[in-house]
Amino acid sequence: MTAPVLDFKLSALAAGVLGLLVFASIVGYILRLKSRSERSREVVENLNARIRAWWIMAIIFLIAIASGGIGSLVLFGLTSFLALREYITLTPTQRADHRVLFWAFFVITPLQYILIGIRWYGLFSIFIPVYAYLLVPIRSVIAGDFKDFLARSAKIQWGLMVCVYFVSYAPALLSLKIPGYERQNANLLFFLVGVVQLSDVLQYVFGKCFGRRPIAPRISPNKTVEGFAGGVACAVLIGTLLWWITPFRPWQSALMALIIALMGFCGGLVMSAIKRDRGVKDYGATIPGHGGIMDRIDSLCFAAPIFFHLTRYFFT
Amino acid sequence: MIAEFLAVSVRIFSGVQARWLGCSPDATQRIYFANHTSNLDFLVLWSVLPDEARRKTRPVAASDYWRGGRLRFFLANSVFRGILIERKKVTRSNNPMDQLIPILLAGESLIIFPEGGRTTEPEMRPFKSGLYYLGRAAPSVDLVPVYIDNASRVLPKGEFLPIPLLCSVNFGAPMRLLPAESKHGFLARARAAVEACSRV
Repeated sequence: MTAPVLDFKLSALAAGVLGLLVFASIVGYILRLKSRSERSREVVENLNARIRAWWIMAIIFLIAIASGGIGSLVLFGLTSFLALREYITLTPTQRADHRVLFWAFFVITPLQYILIGIRWYGLFSIFIPVYAYLLVPIRSVIAGDFKDFLARSAKIQWGLMVCVYFVSYAPALLSLKIPGYERQNANLLFFLVGVVQLSDVLQYVFGKCFGRRPIAPRISPNKTVEGFAGGVACAVLIGTLLWWITPFRPWQSALMALIIALMGFCGGLVMSAIKRDRGVKDYGATIPGHGGIMDRIDSLCFAAPIFFHLTRYFFT
Repeated sequence: MIAEFLAVSVRIFSGVQARWLGCSPDATQRIYFANHTSNLDFLVLWSVLPDEARRKTRPVAASDYWRGGRLRFFLANSVFRGILIERKKVTRSNNPMDQLIPILLAGESLIIFPEGGRTTEPEMRPFKSGLYYLGRAAPSVDLVPVYIDNASRVLPKGEFLPIPLLCSVNFGAPMRLLPAESKHGFLARARAAVEACSRV
């Protein structure tokens, strides 16, 4: 797709990310020295595990986007695959769904990313919502088991939409043709992922420092009004300050960051509700300190498609 | 070499998570006995054992299946070092216990599936009596109950293409045959121990 983009802006962003990680690691180290009680030591230990995982995730992400389109496609394709695996593991399906699940993992998921890779917007934007959506119940009905049919089909359709379709809109940003912004789309992907993840992190930090009133105690006890307000406000500020890497004006950049942060927050809540219903705390244990892949990308799932469509509608 | 490579591949593909709840992952001589719902059961259980333990652990498998092809037989014989036993026409001359007990006495660990075959029901079948005879023949060897979760969704009985869901393997607390415990009582207790490993 795009040629390797090791330009000045991306190098500056990479330096910024690594600086942030060094800063976080130092803070984590100081907190560990200062923590006395059993409970605070536990929180700090989890924080440090998260920071270590962030190092790895950030470096993988930076390498992927610096390597141009193919690296991002492979990274997000694999992310979708692993997220779908965690989601389906947690979702009760029946024997009769085995074949359709095989299709979901080994045909539909790769095809979606191939369509993104060849920039066939007309098909990748409807492939899962129309074709895969219809294939799922058809393949299941051929298997001949009608028990819980609607629920079973819906679970698989949801999994494909959330884990594959929505996530695939992140690398799809690379295919947008924005006048005056040629060969810089990788920065747009950085903007989305950066704002979404920083918003998550800042909501966590504000929540841990000032959190009093839970927003949805039954669904996500760690999300508080203070964390939400502080995290989203800071994410918008950071998004605004990053306007120079986007095709947006500063106020447009602020608005985009606000939408990304809000959608991200909603994504986190919705995906938490599924976990609560299944009686688990995390989707998996792949990323130490964070839980599963799905726990890390739940906010991206909801933010990516909206960000893509707004950018496509207003700027191309 | 092949065995270690295969074990790593299985761990990656099945994303299997081992939970050592009642004992530690070491090379102590044991008889691991587990529920059986999929052909993958033994592979995932075998793959999560520490390398050192795996080298001295031998799965007990059905002779009729594993002698069914050259590749299968090579895998069973040379890679997994399986003990192939007759499960259909057991007579006095091919009694599986005659194969298993010398191996136990030689200090090796075993993996067995006492239900005697794969089930498609959510409930386990009653256990066959082999576990009891092994416990009686080697009373100082720990019997470790194991519950394998989700392997039946990865590869259900009757399917040949696996899907990459996450499995888990729960190891329970070791048990032994009590003095004067009846065969029936022991097998029921062993089955309940596997069931208990599923509820964590």
